[in-house]
Parts: sequence; structure tokens; C-alpha cells
Amino acid sequence: MTQTLEQPVIRGVRFFLAHTPGLVRYGSKPSRDIARDATVAAAIGSHLRSYEAAVAYPPNRAFLGHIHPDALTSIPRPWFTSDGPGVRWGAHGELMPEEEFYGLLKICDVFELVRLEAGFIEAARTALAAHPLLTAADLKRLGTGVPEAAIVAQCGGTMPALPLYLRNGRLIGCMQSAHEADASLAADVLLENLACKASAVMALRTLLVQEQLDPNAIPYVLNSGEEAVGDRYQRGGGNLAKAVAEMCGCQSATGVDIKGFCCGPVHALMVAGSLVSARVFSQVAVVGGCALAKLGMKYRGHLQHDQPVLEDVLAAVAMLVGPDDGQAPRLRLDALGRHTVAAGSSQKAIFEHLVSGPLGRLGLRFTDVDKYATELHNPEVTEPAGSGNVPQLNYRVIAGLAALRKEITPAQVPDFVATHGMPGYSPTQGHIASAVPFLGHAVDGLRDGSMQRVMFLAKGSLFLGRMTQMADGMSLILERNL
Amino acid sequence: MQLQGKKVIALGERDGVQGSAIAECARSAGAEVVLETTYCFV
Repeated sequence: MTQTLEQPVIRGVRFFLAHTPGLVRYGSKPSRDIARDATVAAAIGSHLRSYEAAVAYPPNRAFLGHIHPDALTSIPRPWFTSDGPGVRWGAHGELMPEEEFYGLLKICDVFELVRLEAGFIEAARTALAAHPLLTAADLKRLGTGVPEAAIVAQCGGTMPALPLYLRNGRLIGCMQSAHEADASLAADVLLENLACKASAVMALRTLLVQEQLDPNAIPYVLNSGEEAVGDRYQRGGGNLAKAVAEMCGCQSATGVDIKGFCCGPVHALMVAGSLVSARVFSQVAVVGGCALAKLGMKYRGHLQHDQPVLEDVLAAVAMLVGPDDGQAPRLRLDALGRHTVAAGSSQKAIFEHLVSGPLGRLGLRFTDVDKYATELHNPEVTEPAGSGNVPQLNYRVIAGLAALRKEITPAQVPDFVATHGMPGYSPTQGHIASAVPFLGHAVDGLRDGSMQRVMFLAKGSLFLGRMTQMADGMSLILERNL
Repeated sequence: MQLQGKKVIALGERDGVQGSAIAECARSAGAEVVLETTYCFV
């Protein structure tokens, strides 16, 4: 069999945000703290933002394509005081209100585990009926709901369900466990998994509809989210990819999950590109759903500074990799960066493998890359908790390497950071925050010619799983299609 | 700082200096690393 390789391109990217202040209490950190001290719930509740404030929040607007991330540098901080225009839909996706997201959870729940109050369901149905990406069949899955008394009884029963609240404290439903003694099928775990699925579904539907793609023309879906879908015998067994494909009408697709902590999406893009390049599949969709466990992760720092709890949104991404169409940005599989086992753990070693190596193989200088998309966590979220400005740390290392190679002078480091980096603006949603938030802006810029080349580099904290002391890293380059 | 003969706990951060890098430095200076770990704060 002889065949030539195909040049893979990124055909499209879309994002999805859901404003879920009522779910902040079920983030890992808040839920553990509330279990120890019930007053924490009220303290968090008094610092939750309105939907209007979340929509107007400049980092969310950058995430959804309303503004370019560089525009954040001219918006005075704190950004959460911004009273700019708030529009639900941006060029790259929407920010859904919590009432509709609870309805979406119900729509995506195929095991009748989510129970919603009857009156709430009718209100949610009315709101969701106006959504351009939901169908009559979706609305039918909402069902008719149950009385509030039944929800209260279920939350206090022998196999207690997890109560679901709105930001204002109103009880509107519950999430049931699927097994009385299986920690992998406990209500909180299932809620995380279902939220991941639902958000990924919306991101992929947005991509399919707005790019006018035929769902049945997608043969393979890769999920790069971190949620451990499985039961007691195969914790994390996975394949959320196929569950997402099912909900998006991709009848001809199957798929698989690619996991690598925050590095997952970049690994998945590389695999998707390789599958297209080898003509195994004509195109591959890559999705990454949200990380509910990360809601409210830094809430203590936010409360200490009497600022809103900013980790109140769930985020998801969907990307489509296809064959060269002469227009979409090209994915350079010949210049992948890998943080290998032997590389060591110093920042210099990591960035040499992720940045210097790939640039060297292409004969490029550091300044030949218009933008580096690295860990793009919003500093307004991390700094109050003492975690620093993560993107800036990474950009300084890249600039330092450029200076070490004498491609720039030490005095030019700040300019390099400002020009080739960007402010962090992503919600702290695990894998979602690592490099891929810039993909929408990159595709736009590489298509319109305002950029020639963008590098995406992500790092994964493998050591958190206690199987290795190592971290991981992966990078890839997108180029304008000339 | 003299680390010869000292016991060291190496707490690293993924986007800063990782625990294993700190531990390697401490060992090279003659310290005994009793715990090395790395955290991710995002």
C-alpha cells in the first residue's frame, strides 16, 4: 500500500462557558471546607457574582472572542469591577446562565440521575427553547419534573442525593447516586462527569453548527478532559468522547479519551493531526469538557480580599482537525515539542524541549513565533490566593531562553514578554486553561494574516496522581496556510 | 547556607522550581532529602 501523507489543519475551534455560581459549593475545595465548617457555604454565597457580571467580565469576554487577550492590558484591574457591555454570544462561543445549564444537565443525563423541580423545568424549557443549538428532541428529554417535596425527601433518604441550588439558594433539583456503595458512581462524581459531558457537547455543537459541518462526516472524536468516568471495577475507564459524539448527532463516529492532566488537549491535537495526516480518518474532532472540581478552588483568597469568587464558570472547548484546504492554519507535526522522561525537571530543561528544540528543527528564532500560548490562567484568580501570575512566569522563562541564546538582549525581555505573550484570561479549569484558550484567536489571526505562526505549549502535573514525580509537557506550532 | 548533614523537605511548584530539582540541588550540597514533592496551584 502506498500513499502520501496529508497536511493536517485546524478547521475550526469553539468554546463554551456556563456561569454556575450555585455549583461552586461542589468544587473540591469548597465542598471539603463546607463539610468541616458549614458557615463557609454562606460566606461563599455572599460573594457569588450575577450572570450579568460574569458576562461583562473582561477575561470571559476574551475567552469567548469578544475582545483579543491583548486588549486586557489596557483595561485597569481589578477586572471584576468592569461594567462593560455584557453579551452572551461571542465570536467563539457563549456563556450560558445557570438555570439553562441545569436544564442541559438533565438533557444530557441518559440514566435519569438528575431530578429537577417541575416549576423550574418549565422555566428552563422556555429559556432553552430559544437556544439555537438545542432541538425539540432535547427539550423532550427535560421531562416534566418532580415536586420539591420529593427532592427534599430524596436528599435526606437512605441513599442521599446531592441537592442542586441556584446562586440565590433556591433548591431546584438533585443529583442521585447510581450505586449505594460505589464511590466512582457517587452523586458528586457523576455530577462532575455529567457537567464535563454537557459542556463538551455544547462546545462541539457550537462548532458543528457555526462552521456548517455535517456531524455524520466526523468519524472520530477525541476527548481530552480529565474527569474519571467509570465504575468501581474500572475507575476512569473513560470514553466520554463517544458519549459526546452521541449527543452531537455524530452517528458515524466513535472515539476515545486521551488523558494527560492539563497537557491532554495538546496531546490530543497531536494525535488528531497524526490520524488525519496518515489518512486513517478524514477529520477528527477534539473536545475537552469542564472541570467542576475546580470551581471555587481559590475562594479563600478571594474572600480574604473581599472580592467575588471568580471561579464560578465551567469551560469547554471543541476543535476540528482536517486535511489541508489551503486556508486553515497548518499543524506542524514535524516540529512537536516533548518533555521527555530524560529531560529532567528544571524549567530550563522543560522549555528547551518544548520551545528551543522545535524552533531549532524548523530553523526558526524565538521571535519568529508571533505568540506563545502557554498556561493562560487568569492572574486575578490566582494572585489573591498567593499562586502568582502563572502566564507571566512562563513567558519570562521563554524570554530568558531567548536571551540565553542571544536572540534578544536581557533588556529586551520585558518587550518580548509583552509582544509574544499575553495576559492570562482563562478560567482555572484544568486542561482548558493550558494553551488551547488562545486557539480561537490564533485561528482568526492566522487566517487573516495578522499572525504567521503560533506555538501552543502545555504542561501536565502528573505527580498529582502519585504514580511519578514527573510533570509532562507538549508543544506544537500552527502556521498560516499560504 | 550550609546544607551538609541537614535534613531537607523539598516542596516544589510546577510553574516555578519543581521538587525534584530542589532535591537534586540539596543532595549535591550534602543534605538528606527526607521528602520531595511538587504541587500545582492551578
